[in-house]
Amino acid sequence: MSVNVKTFARLADAASALANERGARFMGGGTVLMRLINDTNPAVETVVRSTDQSLLHLAVSSGRIELGSGVTMAAVLAERDLAFLHAAARAVGGPAIREAATVGGNLFARTPYGDFATALLALDATVTLAVGLGQRELPLEEFLDRRERGTSLVSAVAFKRPAAEAFRFLKVTRVHPRGVSVLSIAAQLPLASGRITGARIAFGGMNRTPVRAKAAERALEGRALDAAGIAPALAVAAEGTAPADDAIASAWWRREILPVHLRRLLIGPGQA
Amino acid sequence: MKTPVQFRLNGEDVAAFAESGANLLDVLREVVGDLSVKGGCWQGSCGACTVLIDGAPRLSCLTLAESIAGRSIETAAGLRRGAELHPLQIAFMERFAAQCGYCTSGMLMAAKALLDRNPSPTREDVVEALGGNICRCTGYEPIIQAVLDAASGDRRRRA
Ligand SMILES: Cc1cc2nc3c(=O)[nH]c(=O)nc-3n(C[C@H](O)[C@H](O)[C@H](O)COP(=O)(O)OP(=O)(O)OC[C@H]3O[C@@H](n4cnc5c(N)ncnc54)[C@H](O)[C@@H]3O)c2cc1C
Ligand code: FES
Ligand code: FES
Repeated sequence: MSVNVKTFARLADAASALANERGARFMGGGTVLMRLINDTNPAVETVVRSTDQSLLHLAVSSGRIELGSGVTMAAVLAERDLAFLHAAARAVGGPAIREAATVGGNLFARTPYGDFATALLALDATVTLAVGLGQRELPLEEFLDRRERGTSLVSAVAFKRPAAEAFRFLKVTRVHPRGVSVLSIAAQLPLASGRITGARIAFGGMNRTPVRAKAAERALEGRALDAAGIAPALAVAAEGTAPADDAIASAWWRREILPVHLRRLLIGPGQA
Repeated sequence: MKTPVQFRLNGEDVAAFAESGANLLDVLREVVGDLSVKGGCWQGSCGACTVLIDGAPRLSCLTLAESIAGRSIETAAGLRRGAELHPLQIAFMERFAAQCGYCTSGMLMAAKALLDRNPSPTREDVVEALGGNICRCTGYEPIIQAVLDAASGDRRRRA
């Protein structure tokens, strides 16, 4: 069975084809979608592509950062001003995958994938959808909640640059140097007078989609980044998570190791 | 439905008709006849199908053939210059870095992508560059050593 491939120069035309064609999927880098096509998965009847250069837009200023949905992990890694995101981009597959894998595709990648989306969630990113001839922006959290239902084209993501040293990312894997996540954790930890204010923590691999760790975020408010300060957050870390039992790890194991790795991310393995 | 696609393969212009939705691996092997590219999984998991697209390592099994129109592809078939093998090919032979040989062309291309960008890699750089390529025979060490040998041999020749 061959699929129907439709390539559009204009994003708006691609968005309307995606909304109107039966069994249509947008192709970013294809690292997930081509697997389905190679397997002749009947769910993919039409592939919609766009050569619109706006998808490759990458704007880094001191305040706001915008990434077109077609920006690849390799392009993120090539951008020195995005150094805080390099650990998350490097977490996605091996070098050849990263040359193709896009930011937009990562927002749709199912667990255990979605490491970059986890980082974006902790950055409070917004997602821009191409709708008709216009655009619509919504919080990433809301987007992830209903992503399976939509046939919208993601054109970009945007977020505020985190304060220096405030952003951290960690991926737990059993296969080195390149393996899928048992889980991943991203945290944005703004400090004011040595106390955390407005922490954002996101977990990958702990639910159907990347999720915010809201109980842990609340427990960190006003606390110092030391063993005593983070203890309440570790105690509630697994609250609201619903990890899978799969070939990579059991749900029980994921819940057990989550606070251990959250601690490592927050204060390092050996610190008191 | 077939779609025409034109690209450069190892420095030569190529025009082919690709089945709509076909991956580059199948087009290179079955339409163009470049059998140096190997397919192991067609799922992005083994790295055997690694080729260079405009100098960057890419998995040909996950690359939509139509998307490479106008691009430049390098495969293991284009590594040697006439009778002269590429330094990586020589180092692979000398280090016994190929046993069954199934992973070899993908390993060579992943290694070439690394050395083209970074002629003096560390061992960690090599391990990272080959991180998406699986070998079931060698235990990886001879391959890592071969890439390091090829890099240092290149440096000696340039000195
Ligand atoms: C061997 C291997 C290892 C991998 N390892 C990891 C890993 O460690 N971590 C990780 O996070 N991921 C991993 N992945 C998954 C994948 O490579 C990444 O998630 C990648 O970012 C997906 O992006 P893509 O552009 O290739 O997506 P595509 O394959 O192009 O698309 C994936 C899905 O998203 C939809 N989509 C893509 N872009 C858009 C858009 N702009 N608008 C609307 N819908 C869109 C597609 O329709 C499709 O349903 C791995 C994949 C492979 C094959
Ligand atoms: S055949 Fe492409 S990665 Fe295995
Ligand atoms: S030599 Fe046999 S798989 Fe590598």
